[in-house]
Amino acid sequence: MSKNKYSFVGRDIERVDADVKLLGKAVYGDDLSFADMLYGVMIRSPYPRARIKSIDISAVEDDKDFVRVITASDILGKNGWPVLDDTYPFLVSDIAEFHSQPVAILVAKNNFKARELAKKVNVVCDKLDFNDDIFESMKDKKNIFSNFVVKKGNALEEIKKCEYVVEKEFHTNYQVHSYLEPQVATGVFSDDGTITVYSSTQCPFYILDAVCAVTGFTANKVRIIQTVTGGGFGGKEDVPALVGAHAALASYITRKPVRICYDRAEDFRAMSKRHPSYSKVVYGADKNGRIKACIVKYILDGGAYSTLSPLVLWRGTIHAAGPYDIDNVLIESYAVKTNKVPCGAFRGFGQPQISFSTESLIDDLAEKIGMDPLDFRLKNILKKNSLTATSQKITESIGLSDLIKTVRKNSNWYNRKNLTPSSPNKKRGLGCSIAYYGVGLGAKGKLLDRAGAYLNVYKDGSVCINIGNTEMGQGAFTVLSQIASEMINCPIKNIRFAEVDTSKVPDSGPTVASRTTLMSGNAIIEAAKPIRKNIFKTAYDMLKLSGGKGIMIASDGLFSMGDKVVKFNDVIKECFNKRMKMSEQGWYVSPDTSFNIENGQGEAYIVYSYAANIADVEIDTETGVIDVKKIYSAFDVGRVVNPSLAMGQAQGGVLQGMSWAVYENLVINDGVMKNPGFTDYIVATSLDMPDYDIEFVEKYYSNGPYKAKGLGELPLIAVSGAVRNAVKNAAGIDITYLPLLPEKNLKLIKLRNNNR
Amino acid sequence: MKKSNIKHYKISCQVNGNKFTGYIDPNLRLIDFLRDVLNLKGTKEGCGEGECGACMVLVNGVSVNSCLVMAFSVDGKSIITIEGVDDIKYGKSLKEGFKRKAAVQCGFCTPGFIISASELLEKNPDATEEDIKKALSGNICRCTGYKKIIEAVEWARKNDK
Repeated sequence: MSKNKYSFVGRDIERVDADVKLLGKAVYGDDLSFADMLYGVMIRSPYPRARIKSIDISAVEDDKDFVRVITASDILGKNGWPVLDDTYPFLVSDIAEFHSQPVAILVAKNNFKARELAKKVNVVCDKLDFNDDIFESMKDKKNIFSNFVVKKGNALEEIKKCEYVVEKEFHTNYQVHSYLEPQVATGVFSDDGTITVYSSTQCPFYILDAVCAVTGFTANKVRIIQTVTGGGFGGKEDVPALVGAHAALASYITRKPVRICYDRAEDFRAMSKRHPSYSKVVYGADKNGRIKACIVKYILDGGAYSTLSPLVLWRGTIHAAGPYDIDNVLIESYAVKTNKVPCGAFRGFGQPQISFSTESLIDDLAEKIGMDPLDFRLKNILKKNSLTATSQKITESIGLSDLIKTVRKNSNWYNRKNLTPSSPNKKRGLGCSIAYYGVGLGAKGKLLDRAGAYLNVYKDGSVCINIGNTEMGQGAFTVLSQIASEMINCPIKNIRFAEVDTSKVPDSGPTVASRTTLMSGNAIIEAAKPIRKNIFKTAYDMLKLSGGKGIMIASDGLFSMGDKVVKFNDVIKECFNKRMKMSEQGWYVSPDTSFNIENGQGEAYIVYSYAANIADVEIDTETGVIDVKKIYSAFDVGRVVNPSLAMGQAQGGVLQGMSWAVYENLVINDGVMKNPGFTDYIVATSLDMPDYDIEFVEKYYSNGPYKAKGLGELPLIAVSGAVRNAVKNAAGIDITYLPLLPEKNLKLIKLRNNNR
Repeated sequence: MKKSNIKHYKISCQVNGNKFTGYIDPNLRLIDFLRDVLNLKGTKEGCGEGECGACMVLVNGVSVNSCLVMAFSVDGKSIITIEGVDDIKYGKSLKEGFKRKAAVQCGFCTPGFIISASELLEKNPDATEEDIKKALSGNICRCTGYKKIIEAVEWARKNDK
């Protein structure tokens, strides 16, 4: 790799928020204190579908700690949560459509009592018939929230001409975000007629919309302030708007601050999830091993309300053929209503489910043809100037073939047949998968794809930056500090990111879609440009005046010319003496793209990031238990702004993908969740983690901040396929479901043994 | 409502080296006592059922999930929370390790991990990678994939002064 010419970008800068978090002094949502604060607890539907008749509070109304119950009739604004559509009521006024849907808010004087009292409130209702099956539901067209088509060439005709054809159906289950900090928000109504909501969130501007809707307030009287956020992964994209709206409403009605903090079981039952999916995939190849056609039917179980399902489905649809150069593609997709908790955003956003299907089937096709699965992929992947399934030409920044070769080498792929299992009853194998990820919101979400930043340099040389995207653990404030520091040659320690506050910065869209480095990074660069000019000009003049000779070098917060040096802080002092403008607002809008939603053809995303994985997996043939020993991954995310933080993101994403594939099994029977907690819903621990061997291959993106693309979601997307393919290669079983539960695996092993 | 005559229960304990003597509600969990009575907000509640480890503190040197322990039961005992780990062996070096190795992401699980790790290193200064994995298996982290946390603990083990 060439030498890094930057002082801050591309360096292992320590997290800017590490110290405060390590002291235990970071203020998360439930750490805030307000005088006279009340506590709200949601009263929820006891059935998967029910006609709500009344809320009986006779058992609690005389309690000294009881304040009141708030129902749909107390809503001052509109009883519809604005999230793409507004069909999801803030509080049920008539029919509850899923178990645990919010019906009322009980407000009490302390948190403990609020929960106790809430249990005694009786929701008077009639139990109604419900539907928890997507195929049953789809028979009625009005249960289809959205559907999309991608049609390139003529897949139905071309598939008939193919020498090799594979076809399979796949099922995947839910995934629960399991961020460590549960949903929490505090509404604070003030006598001046404004409402402030403090929230653990990825998307403060979604909460702004929701609070305005539920209270009827105009946006200039509502402030949303993000508290330090204990993980998101998509689970704090849409749901915090509901929690925040409830807290705001309760505060407005009671005229006191109101905290709503979910407990873990409530968080499981009520918040969004990764959609369960069904897919049927067909691939066809010619006799030379070139993929000629791909046909996909993809269905997501949306739950009771549409919420973000259309966008999740769209992203999944666009990527459903896989990162391959295929002339004939037909994808049909549906998001369908069922009487279960509404699903929404989760790292990967509709891609991981269909990636599992396609990467499994691509491997099966390679096997059928008799080709090495990596060679088969290398022959068919997207390269420079290839056309994607939407006929978008890939013009730059594509590292896919390098990534495959990297993991092939690192995993010692050609030696894989010689791997020995740890005991005789076990089988061991390697399996691979690849992925691509369209960075940002894409053609379907492009109206939201803009971001603002406000950069203010103080006369003491300290810098405060406001952005509209959030830090939720991923390291945004550190990476963006590096970009700002690089722009104005300012020491990292001089920079502070203010908490995100909707009254201080323009609507910058959601912190999702791996877009924050790109969007907020570019917005900061826009804000920094004029300030940089002032600083660099002033430093140059100062150095000249002091007798400096030659060119000026700006590095590590110092400006030098020959043997003369000035410090950043002294330059800033001089800028103020010259009455220069040292605060600026930056605004970045993603490049325009053209896309035809009718046939799914056009430029779907501004740029793509890429991944390749190889999993080394052992399966116990007596118990069906899978042990993922090691995962080799390589990622092309453009420039890596902070290698150490990027590695942490990548390892965490890989483990989340593996955990979903192997362990995580949410059970909903007859519309009721059976395992809402970490006791029975298993996420990977330190004892379950594989070894990681992860490399970044940097293919620069010309429009990215310092040529970066996006990283957050990519590492998770295709892990499941690699694990499945490794198990297939180890034990010869054909898995078409997630999670890979031991009992199911064992059935396949027995079936295979019987067929021998 | 069931009427309870015992509104308060007297306890004495040490928290991060500071003596506490006073009356508490016997229904209070240790986590509520730390967060709401003593205003030590660094201890986090992630699940309330002893599965995630975010609320771990040391009671007489032993890590416990403070959501599962009643406050009155720490009478006469010494408690260390994240706010007090600088004063125990490995506390400072663990913090330094977590920073250097980028083991902090969202930070919500971090106090619990530091508590677990300090207990391990105190008991077993020669802890191997496997020992560390075992000792930390009662703490869930959803951000890091654990690798950097393990590296941080190894750094602290090697560099403690």
